[in-house]
Amino acid sequence: MLEVEDLHVEFRTRDGVARVLNGVSYRVAAGETLAVLGESGSGKSVTAQAVMGILDTPPAFVTWGSVRFHGEELLTASPERRRAVRASGVAMIFQDALSALNPVFTVGFQIEEQLRLRRGMSRKDARTRAIELLDLVRIPSARQRVREYPHQFSGGMRQRAMIAMALALNPEVLIADEPTTALDVTVQAQIMDLLREIQRERSMGLVLITHDLGVVAEVADRIAVMYAGRIVEEADAVSLFRSPGHPYTAALMRSLPRLDSSKHSALETIKGLPPSLLRIPPGCPFHPRCPRAEAVCAVDVPAFVPLGPGRGSACHFAEEVVRG
Amino acid sequence: MGRYVLRRLLQMVPVFLGTTFLIYVMVWAVPGDPFEGKCGDRDCPESYVSAMRERFNLDDPLLVQYAKYLGNLVRGDFGLTSSGLQVADRIAATFPVTLKLALVALAVEAVIGITAGVVSGLRNRGFLDSLVLVSTLFLISIPVFVTGYVVQLVFGLQLGWISPTVTSPTIGNLIVPGFVLASLSMAYVARLSRASISENRRADYVRTALAKGLPPRRVVGVHLLRNSLIPVITFLGTDLGAFLGGAIVTEGIFNVPGVGGLVFRSILTKDGAMVTGVVTVLVLVYLLMTLLVDLLYAVLDPRIRYD
Amino acid sequence: MTEQIVPLVDERPRGLFGDAWHALRRRVLFWVAVSIIFLVVLMALFPGLFASGDPNLAQLSRSRGAPSAEAWFGYDNQGYDIYTRVVHGARASIVVGLLSTVGVVLVGATIGMFAGFYGGWLDAVVSRIADVFVGVPFVLGAIVILTTLNAGGDAGTVRIVAQVVLSLSVLSWPVAMRIMRSTAIAAKQQDYVKAARALGASSSRIITKHMLPNCVAPVLVYSTIALGAFIGAEATLSYLGIGLRQPVVSWGVMINSAKDYLRVAPHALLFPAGFLTATVLAFVMLGDAVREALDPKLR
Repeated sequence: MLEVEDLHVEFRTRDGVARVLNGVSYRVAAGETLAVLGESGSGKSVTAQAVMGILDTPPAFVTWGSVRFHGEELLTASPERRRAVRASGVAMIFQDALSALNPVFTVGFQIEEQLRLRRGMSRKDARTRAIELLDLVRIPSARQRVREYPHQFSGGMRQRAMIAMALALNPEVLIADEPTTALDVTVQAQIMDLLREIQRERSMGLVLITHDLGVVAEVADRIAVMYAGRIVEEADAVSLFRSPGHPYTAALMRSLPRLDSSKHSALETIKGLPPSLLRIPPGCPFHPRCPRAEAVCAVDVPAFVPLGPGRGSACHFAEEVVRG
Repeated sequence: MGRYVLRRLLQMVPVFLGTTFLIYVMVWAVPGDPFEGKCGDRDCPESYVSAMRERFNLDDPLLVQYAKYLGNLVRGDFGLTSSGLQVADRIAATFPVTLKLALVALAVEAVIGITAGVVSGLRNRGFLDSLVLVSTLFLISIPVFVTGYVVQLVFGLQLGWISPTVTSPTIGNLIVPGFVLASLSMAYVARLSRASISENRRADYVRTALAKGLPPRRVVGVHLLRNSLIPVITFLGTDLGAFLGGAIVTEGIFNVPGVGGLVFRSILTKDGAMVTGVVTVLVLVYLLMTLLVDLLYAVLDPRIRYD
Repeated sequence: MTEQIVPLVDERPRGLFGDAWHALRRRVLFWVAVSIIFLVVLMALFPGLFASGDPNLAQLSRSRGAPSAEAWFGYDNQGYDIYTRVVHGARASIVVGLLSTVGVVLVGATIGMFAGFYGGWLDAVVSRIADVFVGVPFVLGAIVILTTLNAGGDAGTVRIVAQVVLSLSVLSWPVAMRIMRSTAIAAKQQDYVKAARALGASSSRIITKHMLPNCVAPVLVYSTIALGAFIGAEATLSYLGIGLRQPVVSWGVMINSAKDYLRVAPHALLFPAGFLTATVLAFVMLGDAVREALDPKLR
């Protein structure tokens, strides 16, 4: 339904050109949850914004690639067409609901304006629908809440309100950019449950962008792992956790504290830092930090090697890594 | 909301008392002869001195004096000028003119300032942006009276496009003095709008509005503007109060018969009672304007309201 | 979530002022402002370098003479050589501006720092007092103060200048106070202050070593712009007849005496006005450039 293929994005700054996305490809089908996993700086949010067409240009420039929605190419489409797809085809919710919602307008207003402007609904009908949407995301006393301002909501409720806003035009794909990072753990769980339920009811495609492995394990059907602007591994959730096919993924798994590890063992970390996107190392971008790196890794950029149906990894030694 | 208003009103009282007391002290209670210089360069006539001594209770201790002065104020009695006229009458006659001038200036600064600021804020780093930055810099630096004289000289005396002084204070005649009065503030408004727009352009809620597929015109015209103009509008509010007190120079140059001109002439003739009276009124007006602006802020920004 | 672009890490980290200096160096506006200020300060310190005549020498026969080869700026109504007076006028204008700024910043910033740091009733009292002074419109307040002070008859140069400096300082200190206070309050919340306290640092040490360096920036910007504003304010007061006056020469005094003859001798007003504007402009430009250089958000 939504396909991203070989997307390249550059940020042109005074200090140089940062190659933020270097050939990102993934796809989401109806009713499917794709988790995009990566550290900050890996390019996961930029990809989402490029799909939506809301990147700040300048300094960001899409230099290559394709984004297709139901087969229609979006990157070369007219601005009006792209705008038409936003929120009604592909919608997006953001991490910090307090700053993402406009503080001077009521929550109701912010939901209704889409309905009135883009669906031509009357004020009364839009208000009714807004209340329905707030009910849908399980906000109590929706009728009163609709007239309140974002800062009067608690963190979890604000996020729900944002979800309601995103669903107003019945999108087919929802991109959730770190929706729970700013919330408490218990609230996190509630929001994830809500998202899953809504997705099931509407057969929506869900792209979940996160750095939290725990969230991913619960919710995702398939997982794409990003590093330095490219997808380094893609697999279904079960396989990824059972036998990661890329040293980076494996290192991420190892760095999770485990209930069954001994009290005295040290926490594992990945040594070094993610590379500056202004100067990505030659060859495999992960090689300076990779425990398995060999001479070829510093020279050749690894191709994305298929490891089975719906699985792939960008590592010269992918098959060995999978086997453990 | 009501509690907020009440709290602000209560805060205003000590400030008003403090300010008027300060002014009173400065004019009447400085050691030495309080009438020195109050009647111009001559000595005050005996009748005036004894009348004022009684009126202002100058033989009483300072605080009592002040209390009685306040009492008189409340009753509308501001004292007499050195020529025996009621200060209050003179103020009532000239205040509306200054008010008109101030409103004209406010309109000019709002329209030009906001337009320039918003346009240059939206198109960062263009030719227009640099133009606005440089010209506002100039306007901020040139003292109002220099602008006034240059305008009067060039447009009035040399080019003859406008009359150099204001004969009758109609709105039309007040546009040029209003423009001069507004010149400094116009630059501030432009810069403030520009900064506010630039800062808010990258805000998260703008990104959300775009992600909702709203037309760019609406994102800017409704979402961005509504947030960005809050500090600008509150600034305009305080500026009105400042105009009322600061029109002295402009009124002097263009001969506008307003309160400023009244004070100006009072300085030249060293009429202390008039000066104190006018200053007291203007301070009160300024304080009220500040309160109104605070309330306006609460109306514009819902986050303040429910504090 | 924004992508974090890690900048090139070749150079050593320079700190806020080092970075600011580097950014300032590149801006044309900065150098233009600095040159003008340098020129004017030179004029103030060594007027003899620029004009050899006597600023108080009046030749009535030359009254209202237009600019010529011998008198570059012409003569004013009383026959004073305008160029000489403009050059000598720089000193008074700059001195008033400088002294007022120093006074305002010293008093205002000190009070503001204490009010912000200690908070509580000290803060409340100080803020209310500041409100009182702010409630007086500047020109009016200056009028009241100066008419009262002037009522004492003729005064010498020092007293004339001191009066103006005093009135400017008294009316403007709340602004500096508020700036420092809000910076202090923000700094107080920072973790490094809490850490210093936890380590047992005394209040005076926290203020001088930790908070002061971080609160300097906004006050610095304010001082630069205020200097320009005070120079303009002095001129306004002199124009009104209550500021500086004979025998002191300043640009404001010159404009005041030239205003009644605007129609016949505009040059008598325009030259001092031009110098005044240029000087104020230079300070405001400088302050602006410094603010942009110190603002981490813009880099």
